[in-house]
Amino acid sequence: MSVRVLAPGLLTTVQDGGRRGHAAIGVGAAGAMDAVSLRLANLLVGNAQDAAALEITLRGPRLRFERDTLIAITGADIEAACGIQPVAAWRPVAMRAGSEIAFGNTTHGARSYVALRGGLCHSGVLGSRSTDVNAAIGPNAGRALAAGDMLPLDDDAGVVPALWRQVASDQAFARAAWSLDPQPWLDLDFRQPIRAVAGTHFGALDAASQRSVFGADFRIGAESNRVGFRLGGTKLALHEPLELISEGVVPGTVQLPPGGDPIILMAEAPTCGGYPRVAQVIAVDLPLVAQRRPGDSLRFAQTSLADAQTRYLEREQALERLGDDIRRRLAE
Amino acid sequence: MSAAQIEALGDCALLIRFGDRIDAQINVLALAAAELLVHADLPGLRDVAAAYATVCVHYDPAAWAGDGHAPFDRLRARIGALLEMLDGVPSLQVPAQREIPVCYGGAHGPDLAELARHARLTIDEAIALHCAGDYRVAMLGFAPGFPYLLGLDARLHMPRHANPRTRVPAGSVAIGAGQTGIYPRATPGGWRVIGRTPLVLFDPARSPPALLAPGQRVRFRAIDADALAEYAL
Repeated sequence: MSVRVLAPGLLTTVQDGGRRGHAAIGVGAAGAMDAVSLRLANLLVGNAQDAAALEITLRGPRLRFERDTLIAITGADIEAACGIQPVAAWRPVAMRAGSEIAFGNTTHGARSYVALRGGLCHSGVLGSRSTDVNAAIGPNAGRALAAGDMLPLDDDAGVVPALWRQVASDQAFARAAWSLDPQPWLDLDFRQPIRAVAGTHFGALDAASQRSVFGADFRIGAESNRVGFRLGGTKLALHEPLELISEGVVPGTVQLPPGGDPIILMAEAPTCGGYPRVAQVIAVDLPLVAQRRPGDSLRFAQTSLADAQTRYLEREQALERLGDDIRRRLAE
Repeated sequence: MSAAQIEALGDCALLIRFGDRIDAQINVLALAAAELLVHADLPGLRDVAAAYATVCVHYDPAAWAGDGHAPFDRLRARIGALLEMLDGVPSLQVPAQREIPVCYGGAHGPDLAELARHARLTIDEAIALHCAGDYRVAMLGFAPGFPYLLGLDARLHMPRHANPRTRVPAGSVAIGAGQTGIYPRATPGGWRVIGRTPLVLFDPARSPPALLAPGQRVRFRAIDADALAEYAL
């Protein structure tokens, strides 16, 4: 059986590692906004890192488990309770059949992730279970969760036996004694600058704007969503107008529309765009952008492409080592 | 093919640039390069998409790590060598020409009358001119399945609305400056809407999901409101 959605939360979506290979027909990757937290949640329940899981935005859902299920919560700090008992994050937690988990608000950060052992097994759309809310592609015709939805789980995905033996018959859930330190994976210190490289059209900015991109304080605007974060507080301007034709853009691209307020494209970035690209957030820092909310401030720090790729390779190697370590613990 | 420039688009993507303007010959190069890369079986390629004059390549830097060079430099060298195989006028493997029925004007094409005035044409002449064009899909983007078509008669060029409409219905055939396109689903949009097609431009459950493919030729055929309504049955 599966998991029933009793209440959906503000914007809870099914996300996986993203929809690849369809950019040529205008379909973007979508996938988790904080892809690292999604991968860590999956690792903690023994899933493939890119398995489908839940992305919670600001306020979480209420779920009832119709069978014994191993889950893990990562990402933004969030209130989570089973009855009156809090459910701890960053570790495997075994939920007994019939138990409920009620998520409240994220208390620090914007997006939390809930992985379930075996992974959500909705039918894929174009090779992925990611929800592209803006394009309406994905499970449930691309919409967020609604009350009454059933989340399908693979029948073969059992609960880790050693952990489950700790659940006394009168207990609704049991948590692993060990947990994963969110550091260095998730830095919710929002004073930290976001690293970015200069974009293709950085040189077309006027001198003051070039100084502002890397140094000034921006504020994340209210009209921010999975497609992009609109930045306010500091206007940018070109030294002369640019006539551009549409070309590829990716998550992390910082575009400058004519109004002067830049936009950071996020997980549901379109496949192409025609605005000047003034900067590009490096891949390892994009999850840190995803964890900020409207009203939070943001500052860019300039780095090089070589540094960005070195950091990316280091992160992937570290995640691989961590994955091996967690798999060993789960097997104990 | 030494004309192509390869530039980084952050640490997980790059752009192969054949030019920076809308030009049918440049676009064919971009489409051919995209086709070459899709079939080249390079490791770590996550996605490849041609635009008017560029190809965007999404890649996993971890697949190009090693030997002391940055992944971008290694992939750039490999793609540069591959592009040497493109020369002359490449031929594209694309589906046959597609005819698009369009109900022009009225409620389905609220901007047609203004377009005709702008072009100093009668409405019928403007429709005939739009139908006479031999169009080619330069790229798909903006929304899934949205085709940007080359081949619009210069007399029908008209700037976009200064204030985009909050809702353009699905199937709307529209003109934005020198381009014509079709909205696959209801979205906000700033192009001049001149008609509506009953065809479904994008359906993720269909194979292929997009009605039109990059490089495909397209013609428009005028239908009346009764014919449009019949498609819906």
